[in-house]
Amino acid sequence: MTPFTNDELKWLGAGAILFAVAALLPLVDQGFYLSLSVNIMLYAALCTAWALFSGPTHYVSLATAAFYGLGTYTVGLGIDAMPYPLLLAIAALIGAALAGLVGAATLRISGVYFVIFTFGLAELVRQLVTWTQTKFATAIGLYVFTDLFEQHIYWMLVALTAAVFLTAFLINRSRLGFAMQIIGNDETVARHVGIDTARSKIVLFMISGAFIAVAGAIMAPRYSYIEPPSAFNPMISFLVVIMALLGGTKRLWGPLVGVIPFTILMDQVSARFPNHTMIVIGLAFLAIVYLIPNGVTGLLEQARARWKARAARMGQEKAA
Amino acid sequence: MTAALSVRAATKSFGGLVAVNEVSFDVRQGELLGLIGPNGSGKTTMLNLISGALKPTRGEIALSGERISDLPAHRIAQKGVARTFQLVRVLPSLDAEGNVMAGAVFGHMRSWGAEAHKLARALLGRVGLAGKGHMPVDAMTYIDQKRVELARALAGNPRVLLLDEWLAGLNPTELKLGIALIDDLRREGRTIIMVEHVMDAIRSLCDRCVVMNSGRKIADGDVETVLGDPEVVAAYLGDADA
Amino acid sequence: MNILITGILLSGTYALIALGLTLQYGVARIMNLGNGETLVAACFVAFWLYTGFAINPLVGLLLIAPGAFLINLVIYLVALQPLVKRAKNRGQLEVDSILATFGLLFLLQGLMIVAFGGEYRSYTFLAERFDILGNSYGLNRIVAFVAAAAIAGALWFFLYRTRQGTAMRAVAVDPNSANLVAIDVARTAAIAFALGGALTACGGALISTFYTFNASMGVIFTMKALIIVIMGGVGDIRGAILAALILGISETLVASLIDPGLTLAATYALFILVLLFRPQGIFGRAPT
Repeated sequence: MTPFTNDELKWLGAGAILFAVAALLPLVDQGFYLSLSVNIMLYAALCTAWALFSGPTHYVSLATAAFYGLGTYTVGLGIDAMPYPLLLAIAALIGAALAGLVGAATLRISGVYFVIFTFGLAELVRQLVTWTQTKFATAIGLYVFTDLFEQHIYWMLVALTAAVFLTAFLINRSRLGFAMQIIGNDETVARHVGIDTARSKIVLFMISGAFIAVAGAIMAPRYSYIEPPSAFNPMISFLVVIMALLGGTKRLWGPLVGVIPFTILMDQVSARFPNHTMIVIGLAFLAIVYLIPNGVTGLLEQARARWKARAARMGQEKAA
Repeated sequence: MTAALSVRAATKSFGGLVAVNEVSFDVRQGELLGLIGPNGSGKTTMLNLISGALKPTRGEIALSGERISDLPAHRIAQKGVARTFQLVRVLPSLDAEGNVMAGAVFGHMRSWGAEAHKLARALLGRVGLAGKGHMPVDAMTYIDQKRVELARALAGNPRVLLLDEWLAGLNPTELKLGIALIDDLRREGRTIIMVEHVMDAIRSLCDRCVVMNSGRKIADGDVETVLGDPEVVAAYLGDADA
Repeated sequence: MNILITGILLSGTYALIALGLTLQYGVARIMNLGNGETLVAACFVAFWLYTGFAINPLVGLLLIAPGAFLINLVIYLVALQPLVKRAKNRGQLEVDSILATFGLLFLLQGLMIVAFGGEYRSYTFLAERFDILGNSYGLNRIVAFVAAAAIAGALWFFLYRTRQGTAMRAVAVDPNSANLVAIDVARTAAIAFALGGALTACGGALISTFYTFNASMGVIFTMKALIIVIMGGVGDIRGAILAALILGISETLVASLIDPGLTLAATYALFILVLLFRPQGIFGRAPT
């Protein structure tokens, strides 16, 4: 591995401090703000993990709910038999395995097939899980009783989000990250310089899927009662797409910029106008396409470039 | 001695259209082979078959005796076939150095980190772009983009280099520089296949020429002989004169 | 036999929906993920016309199809054509159109939930029995199938026997070349999109005669239509109809022999087979 540059060390340090501060929150509040922060932290992990794959490839993955639900179910099924940390690891493996299968079936061909395939994936897995349960078990729901409280879930989510960030950071400076950058530019060139494009994409999708499944597993104790329609809620997939794109996927911290305001907005909307959530989601998609195609971070970067250009002009004028 | 690259009865058809028809030829180690012919004669398709962008319908292509024609493009690149594209393809979000590194990291000879950066800088100097390593490539002139592409192809130290009309679209001054650069590569002992329309370049650079017309090979030999061949003249001027 | 006929009857309406989508994607190059919402809207309009004004759904088609044509034309011109114009390449248009039609999907679904509520609805139309080969089937299903077949026939006639239809097929094959032979590609794409919407709406109106529907079921129909389109090969009429038949029959098979909760799994199993063995579609030629 190449040694870290000073700049990279600064980013790592700043990130560590931010996560440490975020972890202090339950000491201040255990009520509304903690519960809201659990949601924010959850979507921060989900969106960053999503952008890990969908950012460089531009493939809109709607598989989030499938990975998430599998993670939740892993805990639901295994909690009486196995220790919780082991279940988190199993969830990661299951998420990676499903991502590998989906990727192997679709990513060798073209992006459209991938989108269509993931579009119904959560529903497919839900049907299969429901069917298996009705066939081989007595009840459709599962109870999850643990001694984990809201703050424990929050801390695990903070740790997970930090892990996602660190992984993404390390990938970005690795060969795989460089390969993805080239693929995002021009896939034909990528193949002709010797990159196994399909394999790179599949590996990245597996990493992303594993993280999302772990997020589902972490959230399982919070639901205490798990049933297929809530675990495989397709809305999770769509919200993740909106938040990540709203923030922008070009920068590692981009999705975060979308997650915080949109989680708060959705929290308010679903509390006050539950019938209008769909309309808000629809408008958010349209806003992304027509108003901010590169996300808020894209807007910021444009503004910075313009500001730099102006500063350069001013400097020239002064020199002249 | 086995040829650096040998093409045996390679055929590619698109539906009913046969773009490359039973073409065979060899390229020796250190040779610069010109692949010429009128527009639409199948030259670029032939290069695409060698680089793996397309799979031959029939026939075989081998690199130093090892069959590569059923490998995917990235495996062929790793075996040591590098190419440039007819319409220059640079990676716009990377700077010049990043573009060249793309060829160094995954190709035939691999390097990473500081070593890859050093190699990329050296190659940029080699193609005449010293000091422009951090320039965004979409701000570069056409010839400079072509130079970046050439440096990228060289970065993996390929066993065979494919140049698809690398000299096309250059003005007379640039053309001179371009020819000198390729000549340099030839002296270095590289094995090169060059699809080209610029006759001056073919005459001054190529050791040998393969001429294609309507997908078939119609001539193969040293440059002057081939260009004097009546069938070749007819192909270029049109059948009416034959 | 019973299963086979039920499956075939079901596939008639699937075919219409998929034909609508294949026109929109194949000719207008817009993967319309909000296609299912057009279908649901048509269900509601047919319901409203029948229960409110006692208008026979088959007659209602004469109102619904032109209405859907106009609305989809407006959607295309206002929302989607700007995306076509700004896209630098096919990939970008694909991503943009996917996100924009997601927006439309949720917007329309949200509006319908606000307007009609979330509960299931149905109405009774021609709920008599009709015997085929000793088994009886709902007359409404048979009428819907016949109507779907007639509409598909009319579409075939339009595409293969008229100038405008030929232009559409040309654009589907290659927009650039179509442009060279003086076909107005932008106009053809707009009409194809609108026509696709009208076909889907017809499918919706027909399905409402024998199916309980609600405001949020559009997505599942879009999903099935997409898979039919991929199976049949994008822009391929014969392929879409054959794929709809295969899907309708295999779904009915799975529903009646294994479990009605697994219909989507059946669809996906087909999808995976297609991806593994014929990614270019049933009649498609290998891409070169």
